[in-house]
Amino acid sequence: MTPTNYSKEEITLPAKSWFIILSLLVGLLLNLLPVNESLLILRPDFVALVLLFWGAYQPQRVGMSVAFVMGLLMDVVNSSMFGQHALAYSVMIFIVLLLRRRIHVFGLLKQAPQIGLLLLFAQFIMLLTELLKRSDFPGWHYFLASFTGMLLWPLISLLLKMSHSSKHDPNAL
Amino acid sequence: METTPQFFRHGPSLLVRLVFFIQLSLALMVVDTHFKYLYEARQTIAVALYPIQNLAHLPTAISNLANDFFITQDLADENARFKQQHLIDSGKLQQLSALTIENEHLRNLLEATQKNKSKTILAEIRSIPRDPFNLTVILDKGFQNGAQNGQVIVDHLGVIGQITHAYPWSSEATLITDKDHSIPVQILRNGLRSVASGTGKYKTLELNYMANNVDIQEGDQIVTSGIGGVYPSGLPVALVSKIKRDISSAFAYIICTTIAGVDRNKQVLILSPQLPPENLMDSANIYLEDKESEKNDAH
Repeated sequence: MTPTNYSKEEITLPAKSWFIILSLLVGLLLNLLPVNESLLILRPDFVALVLLFWGAYQPQRVGMSVAFVMGLLMDVVNSSMFGQHALAYSVMIFIVLLLRRRIHVFGLLKQAPQIGLLLLFAQFIMLLTELLKRSDFPGWHYFLASFTGMLLWPLISLLLKMSHSSKHDPNAL
Repeated sequence: METTPQFFRHGPSLLVRLVFFIQLSLALMVVDTHFKYLYEARQTIAVALYPIQNLAHLPTAISNLANDFFITQDLADENARFKQQHLIDSGKLQQLSALTIENEHLRNLLEATQKNKSKTILAEIRSIPRDPFNLTVILDKGFQNGAQNGQVIVDHLGVIGQITHAYPWSSEATLITDKDHSIPVQILRNGLRSVASGTGKYKTLELNYMANNVDIQEGDQIVTSGIGGVYPSGLPVALVSKIKRDISSAFAYIICTTIAGVDRNKQVLILSPQLPPENLMDSANIYLEDKESEKNDAH
């Protein structure tokens, strides 16, 4: 797919709001699923991944304000400091909004490392706020979640892309 | 609807928005850590997200149901095992009731305050947050079910933690291993009292301010001492796993491993905080009555 395809898609095929909200809620649900200790370390931040996808492909719908609100929700369910996830998410979405033209150029597999870096950056911001609160460094395995998030990016973006383009294709023609 | 495509619509510039959100979240963080104003906001969001939390629990609930349905052979074994366990437990319980009565008598003789019995609520661990920084678990009982801030969470092995945020239908419990959490304990073998603090690491506690020559061995069990009134006395907490006696420092370095584990979907008990003993309440009432009568006299 070429970048022009996407910019056309942006004008003619906006994703339905309910679908965006639903996908964010599903991300939240996946973040909440009870899993055992070893999976807990590996579990990527699904909300961040979904936010990144919409930030890259529907920047008019999902911007920093949505990221901020989702961050607040994550803070409550994660019982962390109020505003911690919100800060990390809004900075992360800011970068993806800046770089989205560049991200569109690459295929899904080549996008993955860049998305991984963004996830890593978000985690780094959260780590920084925790260190300012005088928490201990949790160990390097803390960053494993970004790595699994990177591996899951092609799958998640393919799923989101397919489900929202199949809804709209008949209308577009 | 607007006639211009969304593509051409512009709000305030990206950078302005970024600065705004950064400032907002920093302000929120400062307010949340230093003042406790945001409790209601947290509670509202928690209530709004309650359906999602329930939904997240659904797959495990279904798999539990399926397990219950299919595994009948194990059930028979389990039943036999439980029957045996029940026999042993009831034997112990009989002894316990005799001991409790004896203890009451002795305490009466000594005119010491009675030990309190605490009320219990059965709860289940709903989710464990993915955040490695705060060691908390979410329980499926809130203040509508009788859970309150400060109540103690135990499982069949020992102490797990303490409720720190009670929401209407769910609550947040801080584990005893949390970095900001301390629990008054004593060593079961010799009754030596200490304070066990969380280290922020999984299943690890630290005994503070124990002298280098203290009588403690690896494998010693530590239980709650009941001092402070939050934790009832005698609940198992941890086993001493490592002792380092360093002459150059004033205190020994003692690491313990907690007995109770936190796994998913575990049944736990919420113990109500110890109420002030009745005689204390009585004395308070008498004091108040005295004061009132004094006032009446003055009039």
